[in-house]
Amino acid sequence: MPPVSVDGYLEAFRRQGRIVVVGASLAGLRAAETLRDEGFTGTLTMIGDEPHEPYDRPPLSKQVLLGKVPPDHTDLPRRRPVDAEWRLGVAATGLDLAAKRVQLSDGDSVEYDRLLITTGVRARPWPRELEAELDGVFVLRTRDDARRLHHRLKAGPRGVLVIGAGFTGSEIASACRERGLSVTVAERGAAPLVGALGGVVGEVAAELHRSHGVDLRCGVQVTGLEGDAAGRVRTAHFSDGTAVEAEAVVVALGATRNTEWLADSGLGAGPRGIACDAGCRAFDVRGIVTDDVFVAGDVARSPHPLFGYQFLSLEHWGNAVAQAEIAAHNMVSASADRRPHLWMPSFWSAQFGVNIKSVGVPPMADQIIVTQGSLAEHRFTAAYGHQGRVIAAVTFDQAKWLDFYEGEIERAAPFPPEFPTVDRRPEGMQPVPAGFPDPSLPSHGPTVTLSGHSPTDRRITFTPRRA
Amino acid sequence: MTSVALLHRITDFANRPDPYPLYAELRRTPVVRDEAGPYLVSTYWEIRSLLHDPRISSDARNLTAEAARATGQDQDPDLPPNFLRLDPPEHDRLRRLAMAPFGPPDTPRRVYDMHGELTDVVAGLIDGCRGKEQIDLVDDISYPFPVTVICRLLGVPREDEKLFHEWADTIAAGPDPVVTDEEREAKLDSVRRARRELAGYLAGLIEERRRSPRDDMLSAMAAGHGADGRMSPVEAVTTSALLLVAGHETTVNLITNGMLTLLRNPDVLQRLRAEPDLAAPLVEELLRFEPPVQMLPQRTTLADIDIAGTIIPKGASVYLMLASGSRDPQRFTDADRFIPDRADNQHLGFGHGLHACFGAPLARLEAQLALTALVRRLDAPRLVEDPPPYRPNAVLRGPRHLPIAIGGIKG
Repeated sequence: MPPVSVDGYLEAFRRQGRIVVVGASLAGLRAAETLRDEGFTGTLTMIGDEPHEPYDRPPLSKQVLLGKVPPDHTDLPRRRPVDAEWRLGVAATGLDLAAKRVQLSDGDSVEYDRLLITTGVRARPWPRELEAELDGVFVLRTRDDARRLHHRLKAGPRGVLVIGAGFTGSEIASACRERGLSVTVAERGAAPLVGALGGVVGEVAAELHRSHGVDLRCGVQVTGLEGDAAGRVRTAHFSDGTAVEAEAVVVALGATRNTEWLADSGLGAGPRGIACDAGCRAFDVRGIVTDDVFVAGDVARSPHPLFGYQFLSLEHWGNAVAQAEIAAHNMVSASADRRPHLWMPSFWSAQFGVNIKSVGVPPMADQIIVTQGSLAEHRFTAAYGHQGRVIAAVTFDQAKWLDFYEGEIERAAPFPPEFPTVDRRPEGMQPVPAGFPDPSLPSHGPTVTLSGHSPTDRRITFTPRRA
Repeated sequence: MTSVALLHRITDFANRPDPYPLYAELRRTPVVRDEAGPYLVSTYWEIRSLLHDPRISSDARNLTAEAARATGQDQDPDLPPNFLRLDPPEHDRLRRLAMAPFGPPDTPRRVYDMHGELTDVVAGLIDGCRGKEQIDLVDDISYPFPVTVICRLLGVPREDEKLFHEWADTIAAGPDPVVTDEEREAKLDSVRRARRELAGYLAGLIEERRRSPRDDMLSAMAAGHGADGRMSPVEAVTTSALLLVAGHETTVNLITNGMLTLLRNPDVLQRLRAEPDLAAPLVEELLRFEPPVQMLPQRTTLADIDIAGTIIPKGASVYLMLASGSRDPQRFTDADRFIPDRADNQHLGFGHGLHACFGAPLARLEAQLALTALVRRLDAPRLVEDPPPYRPNAVLRGPRHLPIAIGGIKG
């Protein structure tokens, strides 16, 4: 290339550069659409390890399991044509940062000028491989997982065991009960959702499980799965010495980030995701930010000013969209025009007829107060406090109030809130400990994991994970 | 900037055809205490934030005595407030019970399934204009259409419209701010009387439905539903009165304002004729540009609220000026222009938050169907007078008549 100014380079890149997006799901698709919206006219290559065009995952643990929506009717709506070359059913297996080249599982490779990584996460499998291979043992992450699980549930198995009562596990249990199936849920923690929402709200979730007929067992581990002579799962053994019969076992132990393919790349990628700055640019292993590799979605881990510049790794639908849009914008913008990813963490879940929504980062909290409604009625709004400020809020069937609490988090409002509100009940007059488990104890992964410090902090130790 | 009687000027009938310049003036101070007592909130983000603020009550019983006197909020000792004037948990329970026979999650297809029926009603009303050279859109279409629909939905006999028309009109004028004590007393009295008469009428119908239920909302509300049990007789009466009044006193203005806006923008009218799919975004833009509900004058603070540099004290009366917020240039580009396919149009036309319009899906469908049919079938429609004569209401604002000269009826 002849010597040109950086701006001149950007113009040429926007016109005829090469962008490769690895990961063709929600974040990848929205990024591609944003790139085109922003006027990028170069070549765009989308690489996805699944054979499907981008589809939506939230319905997979809800409407799809209930048979209300067929698994292949979950394609993501397209905002606009993206004019990309789609390489579907092909995984990325390696990255050469110096040569700017992505290695593919079919032996091919693709060169890029700028790369966006949106490889997301996958379901953490049952750790004992032989047991995991038994017929009737499932995970739920992909459309194909959902198809298999729905097929089995439709056949009416006698006894379903769900291992792990995080959001996915709880939604699966809820769908099974709605189908009239007998369900046992085994949770290592003290209550369902305890990692994401703490013990106080976890107790409400436990009541929801039980009042809907779930055989909920907390504080137990599944020590083994046992199959019959034909290799079909039949029995699960628990750490308390008990056992249940189950013809279907769903392993819902959280997710593993898809970063193994980057292990030797020199990129700051590991089991907690790929570290990036607030502008979505990936860090290399030295902690130096790259300028041609961007990250978005579940696989990204980026510092958030509202939460002490901790690196947040969010498995939230809305985060994937927002971060993809920011990453795409920044990929084709000059540095002065770049934007930070300052999305307010938020998620929703539908289970046992209740709409659960949250904003902020509940696991950072030390205290919780029920500001509106009532835990006993399973309809409430609770605020979480961290060192005297509001850090998060959750609602059960009261989502319309969340905007207010989002504002409270944004302006670091004092905790506990000192003002009266509509529907304040006697139980909500004093804050109580939020009841998060010791993060060093293994449990199902909370939806938000916190780690690291300010990007200017040099004391980062980095240990790449070997596959 | 002084707030000198801005509210007075907004409610002044002379300004009814075009209150928007007054709102622009108001927005210079996003939150201001009006001479008349209440705090007026006029900018988009401030209104939105207060619509989601749990320190704001919709229950007039939370007003300080002074604020209640100053703003003339009425309380009828014999008739409890409907859910529009209640806070959670009572509000939530009643709204859920009313929603059960109307929308999701229990009856998700109710409005959708009315599509054919609504199309027929509109077609019939337009057919009724054959042979005329001039129609009054309000009397011929915009009023009878939603009245017919809400009557069928609730199970109120259409022929009783003569009975409840005046009660409904009186009640619909209720939220309008008044200036003098005499006006206040006279209005409180007439609104109270209309409420009681309407309540008595509906109580009779509900009792009838309790004994012999039909497929209508009165029967469903009388029978009750699931975990929330059922409404008490008086709750069923106040709720059905709310739905009956709100179900047509607002939509009439949406349709009329819509046709007025189309006639003022003939290029848009032509476009809608050619592209019926434009109806959906066009109605959203109408809700932003000429909203049937101009302001929410019935909220009260439960605590001091610090907003936009002003502290609204506890127990104050707060007016959320929705129509002003939806024209806020800080939120909408070209806010004073009618852009039928405007993108990112999160207007305040249906409010927001807890009390967001209950009947919004029905109102949208009614307006979309009516406007599409009108532009397709009215031949060479032309405004006879502009501005048209307005109803007195400042809150539920809209023309009293909309005379339109036509070449005939097509189709």
